[in-house]
Amino acid sequence: MILRALVSVVRVATSTDHKVIGLLYGFTSLTFLLIGFLLVLLIRWQHAFAGQPLPLVGGLLGENAPGGIMLPEFYNQLGAMHGTIMVFLGVVPLAVGAFGNYVLPLQVGAPDMAFPRLNLLSYWLYLAGGLVMLVSFFMPGGAASSGWTSYAPLAVIAQDGQTYWLAGMLLVILSSLLGAMNFITTTVQLRAPGLTWLRLPFFVWAQLITAFLLLLAFPALQAAAILQGMDRLVETSFFMPSGLVVGGQIVERAGGGSALLWQHLFWFLAHPEVYVLVLPALGIIAEIIANNTRKPLWGYRLMVYSLFVLGFLSFIVWAHHMFLTGMGTTISAFFQATTMIISIPSVVILSALILSLHGGSIRFNTPMLFALAFLPMFGIGGLTGLPLGLATTDIPLHDTNYVIAHFHYLVAPGTIFALFAGIYYWYPKITGRLMHEGLGLVHFFGSLVCMNLIFMPMFAQGLAGVNRRLWDAGAIYTHAQETLYLNVPMAWAAIALAVFQIPFIVNLFASLRLGRPAGDNPWEATTLEWATPTPPLAHGNFARPPRAYRPPYEYSVPGAPADYTPQGEEGA
Amino acid sequence: MIEWLGMPVAASAEAADVDRIMALVHWLMLVLFVGWSTFFVYVLVRFRRSRQPVANYHGARARWASWVEGGVLAAEIVLLAFFSIPVWSARVDALPAERESTVVRVVAEQFAWNVHYPGADGVFGRTDIRLVNPDNPLGLDRRDPAAVDDITTINRLNLPVGKPVIVHLSTKDVIHSFALPQMRIKLDATPGLVQPVWFTPTVTGEWDIPCSQLCGLGHFRMRGVYAVLPPAEFDAWLAAEAARQ
Amino acid sequence: MEIPYTAEIRPDTGLTNPKLGIWLFLASEVMLFGSLFASYVLLRIGAPSWPVQSAVLSVPLATLNTVILIASSATMVLALAALRRRSLPGYRLYMGLTILGGLLFLVVKAVEYGDKVSAGLLPSTSNFLGMYFTLTGLHALHVVAGLVVNLFLWLPGAAMWRTEPARFAGRVEVAGIYWHFVDLVWIFLFPVLYLL
Ligand code: HEA
Ligand code: HEA
Ligand code: CUA
Ligand SMILES: [Cu+2]
Repeated sequence: MILRALVSVVRVATSTDHKVIGLLYGFTSLTFLLIGFLLVLLIRWQHAFAGQPLPLVGGLLGENAPGGIMLPEFYNQLGAMHGTIMVFLGVVPLAVGAFGNYVLPLQVGAPDMAFPRLNLLSYWLYLAGGLVMLVSFFMPGGAASSGWTSYAPLAVIAQDGQTYWLAGMLLVILSSLLGAMNFITTTVQLRAPGLTWLRLPFFVWAQLITAFLLLLAFPALQAAAILQGMDRLVETSFFMPSGLVVGGQIVERAGGGSALLWQHLFWFLAHPEVYVLVLPALGIIAEIIANNTRKPLWGYRLMVYSLFVLGFLSFIVWAHHMFLTGMGTTISAFFQATTMIISIPSVVILSALILSLHGGSIRFNTPMLFALAFLPMFGIGGLTGLPLGLATTDIPLHDTNYVIAHFHYLVAPGTIFALFAGIYYWYPKITGRLMHEGLGLVHFFGSLVCMNLIFMPMFAQGLAGVNRRLWDAGAIYTHAQETLYLNVPMAWAAIALAVFQIPFIVNLFASLRLGRPAGDNPWEATTLEWATPTPPLAHGNFARPPRAYRPPYEYSVPGAPADYTPQGEEGA
Repeated sequence: MIEWLGMPVAASAEAADVDRIMALVHWLMLVLFVGWSTFFVYVLVRFRRSRQPVANYHGARARWASWVEGGVLAAEIVLLAFFSIPVWSARVDALPAERESTVVRVVAEQFAWNVHYPGADGVFGRTDIRLVNPDNPLGLDRRDPAAVDDITTINRLNLPVGKPVIVHLSTKDVIHSFALPQMRIKLDATPGLVQPVWFTPTVTGEWDIPCSQLCGLGHFRMRGVYAVLPPAEFDAWLAAEAARQ
Repeated sequence: MEIPYTAEIRPDTGLTNPKLGIWLFLASEVMLFGSLFASYVLLRIGAPSWPVQSAVLSVPLATLNTVILIASSATMVLALAALRRRSLPGYRLYMGLTILGGLLFLVVKAVEYGDKVSAGLLPSTSNFLGMYFTLTGLHALHVVAGLVVNLFLWLPGAAMWRTEPARFAGRVEVAGIYWHFVDLVWIFLFPVLYLL
């Protein structure tokens, strides 16, 4: 009995089937999302009631919270690890590792990924990296505490946790690089006959560009991590200038390094990375909107071209994170300009998605609701990027909660919503059953309200000049006093947000047995993944080799028998 | 607009420029967001399934969409070319003459702001990291003649109103960020670099100096205080300090 | 289930999967070494002083290593050519020589490292030495990885020759592309670290 369970576990954990690997990615990354969320709940409570014992969990934190009162050291670990886990172990593995793995081969009509074994290796590297990150919490000195940005010299002189962070990142990076290779090769080489470039679903395009970003941007952080590792382990001075005095002690190093070098290398990755966080989300949204408006996407080509522009430009805007490091006019002018320009393709894609609604016959099911909510949320996040992108207005806003609010609108009610939408949308293809609508609605409206209650006030705090990464949320500053009280409702909203995830988790597991049987194509969708049997065949996905005869979103074609004409259906 | 944004009082000559752009860009954002949202809500209501049973294959014939996008770009270029870049260059290139200005050194460390006034002779005394100790955090070499009249304080930056101030910013250990919210200035103190930042206080008052870059476990409490005083009061204070040190 | 185009070429792209794969991987490798090289330049420009590199490092040893590595690249080409000639023995010979070259390179490198360390020249001594050890060390790691692959293709992997010759030749070709890249990186590092 136990043995059989063990065997099946091993079989799953060593399968090279892209669908199984996709699900492994899915569960691991969801678990990490949950962990990242729990960490930040502590932060939110701490911000509301700094210096007071944490209820319930306070005792469990041991020497991190003597008497249940959180230490600043531990607060910094929470912040750094929340960011790291959410970005590198939660959202990207879910958006790319899980959705990319499961859906992309199906949408291009491939039997599997181009390199199935490499695919499995990617997953194991990712898991290993994630575990290294987690164990670091239990090491002396705890986890990394220098922010997800790990700025040197702080990170160089930090506790051992930082070394684990670097090791974990190197594993995750390797995993992503192999993954990116695999996705690109699969898309280029394994497209079904008739599936020409401009017949690819937008989701595939988004994943393809994302893969290129990962492939070409991640090596910069790889290099940076190696250099910081050298600085920490063999005492080189790549990021250590001469003449530092830490805690009254002169730092005995060769010196001559550059603290800004780290920032350049880091942001050269991290800006493209933020588009990695959003492009797959846009892909998911596009699929769901086309399907639930029952009409083709508006300006499909325009959207694809915008993706290219976005992908290219994202490599030349990185220093907008460094305006206040003492940048001269010319360089800042360049990066302000590129930053303003890069907002245009995003505007184009967003407008195209909104215009796609026009003339549609809109069905409001749970996936569609999440997809629709994504648009204004992304709008708020994106628009607030503009004052940050102008160096002058960045002066008062840099490193305040305004920045935190800016990007959380993009990643939390933005990307996370898109990921939820994707789960509700593809669940029936994966399990053969639909998720429960009622629970879905509770999950949706609850999350939408709470997210805004948490992040909207941060704009006010940021404008008032309240900084981010503060253990006491700025309680000692006079200019923070007017907006301090907001942290209390924000804390409760965060807890409510957690509560509203319960219907989702229940739904996710209960629907496996109780969900309404879905058949092969419950949403009456056109793209190729719905032409597979449900679930797709373990070997080769498709019952008979697929072929594409038309563009991806042929909904409501005038004179067609049904309001949708599958891409793989014989004919013109 | 700017008053709705609830930013700290603008107490320097340069603040107005920053605030003007802040207001403009937020107007742009507001207009775009309201515009898009109205359209968004309209289509959701107008094209719901019950109202529109059959979708229109061709969808919107939206010429104006490209106009909107063009408009956004135009607005951004204007903000950039006519406001942000000129103001920025004014902020970083037009260093006022040291003679007409109050010049101070600010040296950040975990977790405090060390302030160094040149004193009557207007010359900063020699400093040496080997001299750094708890009572001499700057490592100021008092044997150096230029150093005798120097004045050092911790977490206390007093300035005269109505006269340019030049701060030569540096740090002893990790990256910190020197921010005076009411002056609308902020600059990272980067190890290995000494960088100038300047402004002209126009309003007297006493405010906080928040450290704005994560610099370790004490980041949250790395708070300094700065006071903009009437010139007479400032000189009196300087004299008193000089006498004490 | 068969993945298409693992061995045969896809007409419209003109590529096999492994070939596209390796080129993509090398693209990321270029970015990796590119970033490190950029860091080297930035540090060197920013540094108050920089040692005369050729005086610190041993140019003769490095020249020797350059020759060895280029030779091993050549034998790699011959190994593939032999396979194309359907001659397994020829392949065995040249691949063997390639592996030998790789090993020699590592031996020389080890000697070089030994000299430095015994002379008290450590990565922590100066950023130049730090960069030297980082770049050459990372390159050496790539050599080791290449050796592992080549060893596999030399002995156990060659069994595939009997069953799927085309696929095996494909693998050797891919291994070759990687090996030439490793060679290329060295040819780049040599002047940058030893001469300039
Ligand atoms: C998904 C991730 C994501 C995305 C897409 C973006 C998009 C943008 N970001 Fe953001 N950004 C981050 C994630 C992201 N960012 C993160 C994580 C940080 C902080 C890192 C850290 O310091 O820890 C950051 C920080 C950051 C900074 C540094 C701030 C500082 O530290 O001082 C800047 C400055 O230029 C910036 C600018 C921009 C701009 C101009 C865009 C533009 O691309 C935005 C373009 C989009 C629009 C203009 C919206 C258009 C939409 C509509 C108009 C439709 C509206 C629809 C309806 C109303 C229905 N971002
Ligand atoms: C993708 C990136 C991402 C995401 C999704 C989030 C999500 C959230 N973040 Fe995070 N955050 C960052 C990236 C992200 N964050 C980064 C980079 C920083 C900067 C760190 C630094 O300063 O260095 C940061 C910092 C940050 C701060 C500032 C800390 C500080 O300044 O010191 C705060 C404060 O409130 C915060 C809050 C939240 C909240 C409430 C959410 C919520 O939206 C969380 C929502 C999560 C869920 C809804 C979970 C869904 C999962 C499930 C339901 C699991 C189901 C599980 C199974 C089935 C097994 N974040
Ligand atoms: Cu000093 Cu933060
Ligand atoms: Cu950015």
